[in-house]
Parts: sequence; structure tokens; C-alpha cells
Amino acid sequence: MSSKTVQKLDRVVIRFAGDSGDGMQLTGDRFTSETAAMGNDLSTLPNFPAEIRAPQGTLPGVSSFQLHFADHEVLTPGDAPDVLVAMNPAALRANLADIPRGATIIINTDEFSKRALAKVGYTENPVDDGSLESFHVHPVPLTSITVDALAAFEGLSRKEKERAKNMFALGLLSWMYTRPTTGTEAFLTKKFGAHPEILEANLTALRAGWNYGETTEDFASSYEIAPAVMPAGTYRNITGNIALAHGLVAAAHQARLPLVLGSYPITPASDILHTLSALKRHNVTTMQAEDEIAGIGIALGASFGGAIGVTTTSGPGVALKSEMIGLAVSLELPLVIVDVQRGGPSTGLPTKTEQSDLLQAMFGRNGESPVPIVAPSTPSDCFNAAFEAVRIATTYRTPVFLLSDGYLANGSEPWAVPEVSDLPDLRVEFASEPNGVDDKGEQVFHPFLRDPETLARPWAVPGTAGLEHRIGGIEKADITGNISYDPDNHDKMTRLRAAKVAGIAGIPDVVVEDPSGDARLLVLGWGSTFGPIAAAVRAVRNAGHHVASAHLRHLNPFPANLGEVLRSYDRVVVPEMNLGQLSMLLRAEFLVDVRPHTSVRGLPFSTVDLADVILTHLEEVS
Amino acid sequence: MTTTQPTTNGVAARPSGLAGIPLLAPDAPKQTKREFTSDQEVRWCPGCGDYAILAAVQGFLPELGLKRENITFVSGIGCSSRFPYYLDTYGMHSIHGRAPSIATGLATSRPDQNVWVVTGDGDALSIGGNHLIHALRRNVNITILLFNNEIYGLTKGQYSPTSRVGQVTKSTPFGSVDRPFNPVSLALGAEATFVARTTDTDRKHLTGILRAAAEHRGTSLVEIYQNCPIFNDGAFELIKDRTEQEARIVHLIDGEPVQVGPEDDRKTLVRMPGGRLKFVPAASAQGMDVVVHDTGAEDASQAFALSRLDSPEMTHVPMGIFRSVSRPTYDDGVRAQVEAAVSTAGGPATDDDLAELLRGRDTWTVA
Ligand SMILES: Cc1ncc(C[n+]2csc(CCOP(=O)(O)OP(=O)(O)O)c2C)c(N)n1
Ligand code: SF4
Ligand SMILES: [Mg+2]
Repeated sequence: MSSKTVQKLDRVVIRFAGDSGDGMQLTGDRFTSETAAMGNDLSTLPNFPAEIRAPQGTLPGVSSFQLHFADHEVLTPGDAPDVLVAMNPAALRANLADIPRGATIIINTDEFSKRALAKVGYTENPVDDGSLESFHVHPVPLTSITVDALAAFEGLSRKEKERAKNMFALGLLSWMYTRPTTGTEAFLTKKFGAHPEILEANLTALRAGWNYGETTEDFASSYEIAPAVMPAGTYRNITGNIALAHGLVAAAHQARLPLVLGSYPITPASDILHTLSALKRHNVTTMQAEDEIAGIGIALGASFGGAIGVTTTSGPGVALKSEMIGLAVSLELPLVIVDVQRGGPSTGLPTKTEQSDLLQAMFGRNGESPVPIVAPSTPSDCFNAAFEAVRIATTYRTPVFLLSDGYLANGSEPWAVPEVSDLPDLRVEFASEPNGVDDKGEQVFHPFLRDPETLARPWAVPGTAGLEHRIGGIEKADITGNISYDPDNHDKMTRLRAAKVAGIAGIPDVVVEDPSGDARLLVLGWGSTFGPIAAAVRAVRNAGHHVASAHLRHLNPFPANLGEVLRSYDRVVVPEMNLGQLSMLLRAEFLVDVRPHTSVRGLPFSTVDLADVILTHLEEVS
Repeated sequence: MTTTQPTTNGVAARPSGLAGIPLLAPDAPKQTKREFTSDQEVRWCPGCGDYAILAAVQGFLPELGLKRENITFVSGIGCSSRFPYYLDTYGMHSIHGRAPSIATGLATSRPDQNVWVVTGDGDALSIGGNHLIHALRRNVNITILLFNNEIYGLTKGQYSPTSRVGQVTKSTPFGSVDRPFNPVSLALGAEATFVARTTDTDRKHLTGILRAAAEHRGTSLVEIYQNCPIFNDGAFELIKDRTEQEARIVHLIDGEPVQVGPEDDRKTLVRMPGGRLKFVPAASAQGMDVVVHDTGAEDASQAFALSRLDSPEMTHVPMGIFRSVSRPTYDDGVRAQVEAAVSTAGGPATDDDLAELLRGRDTWTVA
């Protein structure tokens, strides 16, 4: 038993930071798993460089992983870390500005050599020049202790031993926050099963880290964070990209149709391609195409053939796909376009988040070319959004945009896994027989004869006898689908396509949260700003103010009650990680003077900043 | 070589290119060209070579013995790409250059479909060049008909990637300085497994090539010389004129020496020391290294060398099948992986299988 004290905390934010090669993402992932197993609510934010192997020890090469966990509902990965683990001088330098005074910094002193310090512009060693006075600094020679702990492993080189230092760090943090390491041990066994010595070395380093915390006087106490109260259910931790992939698979399963993905790799969307490529067992076909255009072409060809065609990409890829999306609008075939947004324009910030493409999704095509848009609000919500995108695509025979982003894609949170029996049935009926007669009185098939309720046209797949027909991107005559250049017909078809999308049913009214019922200010968001907005609104309310909040899942069409909701507040503030794209749409559609609050720093909003913004607006309207 | 499935019970052997596609019932009435003709008015210019190709295709399709619903034509954009509208099969007129990608998605997800792509020289080789070479390299089971009129027809007469150097067009009033592609050379370089050339006006030859292309399993590329009387009339006149063509067309016949010219002036292709190919008078070819055409040769070098006999002056124009080799197709491979994964797992995914996926490996329960 340890003689050390155990303190109780209600929430902690930890940031692991190191060189790209230091294994910080893995360390963060494992700590997250352990924390999830403890029953805490949590939210994570990985942050890694765009370069695969940026020069060692440099600022651009710093990779970090932040985790916020608590005994209550967690809405964001946290603004400011309580603990920073800095594996080298670059990690310290790159992250120090985010660390509030009084926070704990664990420093791997072994890496603080003159040379390494100089590389990032330190002339003095911050560990002993007094510049870190206002922090609780734990200098730990992490690398050398790890190597010493592995002295008995004669078959391993010094380099290989050093590589286990992230497990030492994990062991130490696991002790500090009383996390069980059994899950990590099982994980390592699976990962290194084929290399017994490396496995043993990692396990030894993990235990050495734990023991270091328990025995060294430097660490006076450890901490406990009680489990959060969460609704009953079976939980797992899940990232946005995996939730999205699983949502697509579940939707195809519920539609009883094959899922066909055509895709071209691009950060931060590639993990969806990777995940789906491994799910062939679920009748998922993935094709890595020669470019984004071919990726969506493959998906559209598969949709024509009666599959659920999906393409996954990020902003630059959407730009390439635009013409094919227009074709899908014209053909009126189901298609899901997943855009995991990142900073733009052009290559922009490949690994950083931004709500960059709302207007591109809305308008980035020639002609009147309406496409429904849905957006998930949290990592696990990507599952629901994917499901909804497939529902709209198959019911209305239309391409649908799903706008995720880098923050959701790589961030993670606990997810109450739904029961398959609770998932909606998405079965659709293919056309099976002629639906009209021609001038000679013969039975014919009219590919553009619409369902009067949904305005969707029949989905008649090749292989169906008697329904042979031709479709194309040239304007089609209403009902028959034959080429038509008739002015009135084009006007009619354009309005029909618009009305079909505008009339999409099953979009719930936007729900306003206003606990006091006295709010005169509404904060409205969409997509991944949900967590930061909810956290900021909570803080403002806790400070005794009245503020209402609402969040949009559907960006096109908007929920039917949205205009009324906007008009019922003195002021509407719209925080977005762009320069005001939703604000522009709202103003255009509802003539309401909403107030944008924007930021494009490649990072999610900080709760504190957002709370300040809300308070300023509150002052102005009071 | 096109492989065929083994004959069973004396039923005619089935070309591998059509394997997996349901056949017409043996007692079904014989299909006619009319059945494959849609009710849409054909709108090419009078005298356009596309008419002859359409007639040949409509006349050929009944030969396949497939139901109309199991045939799909996908096209890009261009005069030639209007083709699908005139066939009473499934069809999609898509966007400029992208038809091969759409056909790839359809052919891979629907092995019961006989998928054709109709494209032009601009559509396939300019804007769609990337998709063309990747379709060929992958060897998806589709048949690509490339109508080469050496001009952009639909946009009214700009030069194309097959237009000749010096050609005067609307966008090259001083003559084109662009070097053209040879579509056959390009296809061979892109790892194509079936490459052939034919022409709009030789119905019999065209039909024979269509047959061989359809029977081939994998991507078949058929270059069809097509006259555009409006913007590039007579581009292929030298090989259409009865007397001229005899001297110029090199009929490629598998297993035979490569020859050109009329009976009294016959020339045989020989390989000179150093490897260069050269036509010599047939009589003097004896004892020389005569080039014998081998469509099934694993190594495409000789086929490529034959494709280089072309010249802008059309002194020698090889026609026929350059290459036809059997190689695993992309779509078969993709489907095999999915099928293997499903069968190894014990059949199609049930609700329980989905539930297991969603739960993942690391769950905890909150009571
Ligand atoms: C994206 C795009 N760019 C340009 C065009 C205009 N365009 C249509 S057809 C064509 C060229 C067609 O030439 P080809 O493929 O040789 O077909 P042909 O008309 O000669 O049969 C062009 C440039 C288009 N439809 N789409
Ligand atoms: S422009 Fe040329 S290719 Fe096009 S339809 Fe007329 S003749 Fe045919
Ligand atoms: Mg052309």
C-alpha cells in the first residue's frame, strides 16, 4: 500500500506532448481507454503535424493529445490543461502558452540537452532558470529511468529501450490518476505478441512508471475522479471517423443494400476509407480511385446499380467532385458525400479543423443544384449523421452532404452503443414494373414520374426487365426523362428538384434549450461547435445569466421552425469556425440580423473565450 | 487470348467476358436489331460516321444472347457520347471524360451487367485521360468504344489530342503545334489486356472486333476511326479509298505474318538486325526474321511496335486486334475479397454481427 495521500478531483485536463516519433497519440489513446473503463465522461483532441516525420526535436514536429475527463458530463476536450507532459524542449515550447499558471508540468529532463534546447530557441534551460516558477514542475529523467529499468533486456538496443519511454509516462500518469492498466497490458500483448522481448520491455516500462509515481517523493499524492453519472447502457469510446464509418455500415445494413465506397486518400478523411476497407464482411466494397472525381464516379455508378454509393473526402476533394455531384443532382440518384472539413483554401491546414465548406457544399456547383446537408455535432454523433444522410439519399434519390470536420474526426468520446433493433428500417423499394403508357397505349417506364409525396423519382436498377431507360446530365423532360430543351420544362424541372429537397420530411424542429425561459439571447451553432458552445452557455448560466442555445443538424433544408425561433430573440449569436458561413445563409433566408462570432485558428473554440463573447452580447442587449 | 468457360452438355461455350451475366432463355425468340433501337430520334449530322457505328452495334447486340436489361452503356460528353440514348438498354450519359469511373463502379458492384463505355477522342484522351489509363491498368470487365474523329465535334471543331501536327482547326488557325497521342500505343503502355482498331465504314470488320471485345474478360479498348464530315471531313480518306486502302491497311491476323499491299506488291514485316521493324517485298522476306502476329503474347513489346507503324501520312495503318491477353480483372478481385470475407464469417452479416461491430473490443456497462 502506498503511504501517499489520495485527493478527489471532479475534472482533469491532461495534454501529452512530444516529438512525432515519441508515441504521444498512442499514449493518449491508451490513457483514454483506461479512463473510459473507469466510467468517467471524457472528450479528446489529438493534434499532430501535417508532416509525417518533421525533423526531430523541432516545433513543427510536435505532436500532442489532450484529454478532458470528469465525474460529470464533459462537452469539450478542455481549454487549458491541468497537466502537461512534455517529452522534449520543443513540446514544452509549443504548448506552454496554453498552460495556465499553477498547472502541473512533467518534463522529460533527459531530452533537455544544450543542443535540443538551442534547436527550439531556448538559450537557458527552462527547467532550472526559474521561468517555470509559477507551475508545479516535475523534472523526471524519463528516458534514462526507462533504459535503466530495461537493463536486463540484452537483446534490445538502447534505441529500442528508449522507445518504451512513452509507456513509462503512461504508467506514471496512470498511477497519478488511479487508472487501471490491465487494458493497456492486454493491448500491448496483442500488439507485440509476436515479439515477446519488446512486449516484456513495454510492460516493464509501464510498471516502472507506475512504481516511480508510487515511490518517489516528488509525487506527493495521487488523484481520484469518480465515475460520471451516465444513462444506463453499454458504452465504448469512439472517434468521429470510426463512428461515421459504422453509421454508414449500419445504414446499409438497415437498408439491406450493399455499401460501395469510392474514395481517394486525403487528411483528415482517410481513416474512414481505412475503416471501411476492413469491413468487407459487412458487404462493404471499397475502391481507392485514381482521383477524387473517379472516387465519386465509382460511387455514382454503384448507386445507379442499386447500391448505397458513398464517397469520402475533404474540402479540396469536394472541389474536384463538384461536377459529378451536379450530375447526381440531375440524375436523381442516391449518393452520400462525406466531407471531413479542414482549414482552407487550397491545401490550407490539412490536419487542423475548420467549418470551411458549408458554402461549398451548399453552392459549389453550376446551375440550380440543391443538395441536402447534414452535420454531426460530436464524435459519436457522426454515427447518427451518417445514418440520416443515407436515409435522405435513398428516400429522396439525391446526393447528400455530410459535413464532419477534423476535430470530430479524430476526437473521441464515450458512446452509448445503440441496439440494432432500435435502428430505423431503411429499406427502399426499387421500381419493378412499368408506370405509364405511351401514345400507342403500350406500357412503358417513366423514369422521372415522381412519387407525389416525396417528389422522388423511381430507383430502377439495371437488370430489371422492361424498365430499360437512359438518364443523363442533359435536362430531361418531366416524367419521360427524354432529353428536353424546352424552356417551360427546364423551369419546371428546376423547381421540382428544388421543391424535392426543400420538402424533405422527417427533419425535426430545432429545439431551443432555455432553462430559465427568460433568455433574450440565442446562441445558435452547427456541427462540431456543439461542445464548446454548450460548455460556454453552461458557464454563462452558472454565472446567473439567461441565455438560450440551439444546434443545427440539418443545414439544408433548415428545420421548419427555424425562422420563427430566430425571430423570437432580441439577438442571435452564431459562433462558427469560418468567417460566417451559416450567418450568411440565415440572413439570406430569414432576413434576421444574426451576429457572427468567428475564428479560423485550426482549433475548436475555447469555452472561456466563447463565454466572454456571450457575456458581451448579453450586456449589449440588456 | 480470350478464354471461354468449359462447354457443358454440348451447350455452346460461353465467352469469359460474359460470365456471370444471365443469358436469354434458350427458347426465347431471336432478338432483333429493332429491339435494341430506342424510340429517340438520332440527331447526328447527316453523313456522320456515328450512324454507321450505331447501326453496327445495334445489329451486333442480339448476338450476345443477353437480355436487354443486363446491358448498360455509359458515355461521357461529345457527339459520340449521345450513343446510349439510341439503344434500348440501360444507359447513362454522364459528364465529360468520367464514364470509365462510373462504369467501374457499376461493373464492380453488378457482375450481372454487360457494361460498355462510349467515348470520343477528346472525352477519353484529353479530359478523361486519367480515368482511361487507370481503367486499362485495372482491367475492369468493361468494353470501351473510342470514337476517334481527330476533332472535338460537339464543341464545333477544335483540335483534339489525336489531331495531327499542323492541323488547322477553329482553335489552331495557324496549325496545331500539339503532338497527338496514338490511342493504341497509349492503351498498350497503360497495361491494356485487349486493344483493337477498326473503322466506322467497314461494318464487317467493326462487328468482328465488337464481338472479340465483348467476349474478352477485362477492359477492352476499341479505337474506331470515325469520320466527322462537318469539322474534319476525310481524316481517314486514305484508308477508305478502295485502291489506297489496299496499299496502306495492315490487317493484323493472329498467328500470321504481318503483311500489307495488293497481291502484286505484297510486303512482309521483318525484324531487322537491331530490332527495327521494316516492310520488305514479300519475296525477299524469305530467310529473314518475319514478324508473326501474336495477340496473346505476354510481352506487349511487339504489339506496341506494330502500333508505331502508324504515321500521320497513313503509309501503313494496322487494323484489327493488337493484343488480347487474359489477366485477372479488378472487379473479379474486388468481389472475391468481399465474398471470401462474407463466407469466412459464415454468411451475410446478421443483426448480431452488426451489434458486435458497433460494440467494438472495449466496452463498459453503466447500470
Ligand atoms: C467539363 C466540361 N468541359 C468542356 C465541355 C465541352 N465539351 C463537350 S464535348 C467536348 C469535346 C468532345 O470531343 P470528343 O470527345 O472528341 O467527342 P466528339 O464530339 O468528337 O464525338 C467538349 C470540350 C464539357 N461538356 N464539359
Ligand atoms: S459534328 Fe461531326 S461528329 Fe458531331 S455529329 Fe456532326 S458530323 Fe458527327
Ligand atoms: Mg472527337
